[in-house]
Amino acid sequence: MKNLLSAADLSRDDAIEILDAAQRMHQVQTREVKKLPPLRGRTVVNLFFEDSTRTRSSFEIAGKWLSADVINVSAKGSSVSKGESLRDTVRTVQAMGVDALVVRHNASGAVARVAEWVDCAVINAGDGTHEHPTQALLDAYTLRGRIGELADRHVAIVGDITHSRVARSNVLLLRTLGARVTLVAPPTLLPAGVASWPCEISWDLDAVLSGKAYGDVDAVMMLRVQRERMSGGYFPTEREYAIGYGLSPQRLDLLGEQVPVLHPGPMNRGLEISSLAADGARSMVLEQVQAGVAVRMAVLYRLLAGPGEVTV
Amino acid sequence: MAERRPAPLRNGAPLEGTVILRDADVGRVVDRIAHQIIETIAKGDFDAVLMGIPTRGVPLTQRLAARIEVFAGVLLPVGSVDITLYRDDLRVRGVRPLAQTEEPEGGIDGRTVILVDDVLCSGRTIRAALDALTELGRPGVVQLAALVDRGHRQLPIRADYVGKNIPTSATQNVRVLLDEVDGSDAVIVEGQ
Repeated sequence: MKNLLSAADLSRDDAIEILDAAQRMHQVQTREVKKLPPLRGRTVVNLFFEDSTRTRSSFEIAGKWLSADVINVSAKGSSVSKGESLRDTVRTVQAMGVDALVVRHNASGAVARVAEWVDCAVINAGDGTHEHPTQALLDAYTLRGRIGELADRHVAIVGDITHSRVARSNVLLLRTLGARVTLVAPPTLLPAGVASWPCEISWDLDAVLSGKAYGDVDAVMMLRVQRERMSGGYFPTEREYAIGYGLSPQRLDLLGEQVPVLHPGPMNRGLEISSLAADGARSMVLEQVQAGVAVRMAVLYRLLAGPGEVTV
Repeated sequence: MAERRPAPLRNGAPLEGTVILRDADVGRVVDRIAHQIIETIAKGDFDAVLMGIPTRGVPLTQRLAARIEVFAGVLLPVGSVDITLYRDDLRVRGVRPLAQTEEPEGGIDGRTVILVDDVLCSGRTIRAALDALTELGRPGVVQLAALVDRGHRQLPIRADYVGKNIPTSATQNVRVLLDEVDGSDAVIVEGQ
């Protein structure tokens, strides 16, 4: 495995291996010396063409804890703002001798293109509305820590599926791990072709959460309403969306006591998730952030610690 | 005489090679190491911890702790130290799965840490374990117990407690089987 571009790149064994490694890496977070040596002398560049707090910083921390040298390049303040093309930018950065590029871009498929242009490892940190595989891995890691192995478990993913790279990667990875997935969204926020995805689809959140539609749910993932990607009328008003698809305190009561609630963040409180759900005992939001570092350490370790491809 | 007994099994399958130790022999060797350890650490009022190196160092550590308790009436804290991330051949031989690192109760600072491994050969594993230990704390003394010392050292490292010295050629392979991992106890030399 040289790149991680899509959650579909991972076989079940790959995914389990990364999740197991992440569990070991997680221990480092509680240590006094948060440093492991396997990426000594390796250079990782975070190349972010889109804003990010948690993904960029957790990749940076993950790389540093594994002793890699990590450099951050963001579109703002780089030559990109002078009009340099994506291809020129990534080839310039790679020419400095980097071992891995962690790329986020607002165009779907951009990261896969980058992987064609460079010889080093490429990790997709989110491309447009397409994929965000490390988010799916950290969600799976968080779920696994709470409810055990995911085979035959039922996960509901709720909200803006159309614009969500998190949803797409999660559907792929959860299926790989043997879980059952139900997507819940208003029809306007379901992408074209969703019928061919390996999951159930529903417009009725109450029926899904109560288990009447597709059986009891073992976990709920709420998605952010991505206002920055919305140009038109996907729903009449935010209030109406919140009533139909927000995780309100009343809806929370439909779930079992032990059913975890995930949200990839940043949260729109009062829109897709109520504060009671976001801060309650079921909420795994902070665990997800913690898992982010461990999972990204596991991914970097997996891609970079070995012999690698000789390109000269 | 040993050859008349049936070949040892590894998870139900018979193994080829020359059997050096089997079943109760392994237990006796563990007992001997336990006695040696007691002799040394009794001087330090038993302020010592046992740290196994995965995979087989870990069950070996449990056994040593149990035997030391039987012989000396003291239960030493046990832990494990995974060396995968500290290996010097990661880049050459590739990424491998990680094992558990567990600090012994009370930590390792200032105490005698006895590393436990099944086979001592090049010494590179122990070098990696020493590096891993420094990240966990600052032990007072570090010692090494090995069930088998087969020679062929590549680094200036020696064991403080050795169960059995087995002179081997470089092309041979020493395999230690433990009941907890392999389903039976044995030490086997494979190859010529």
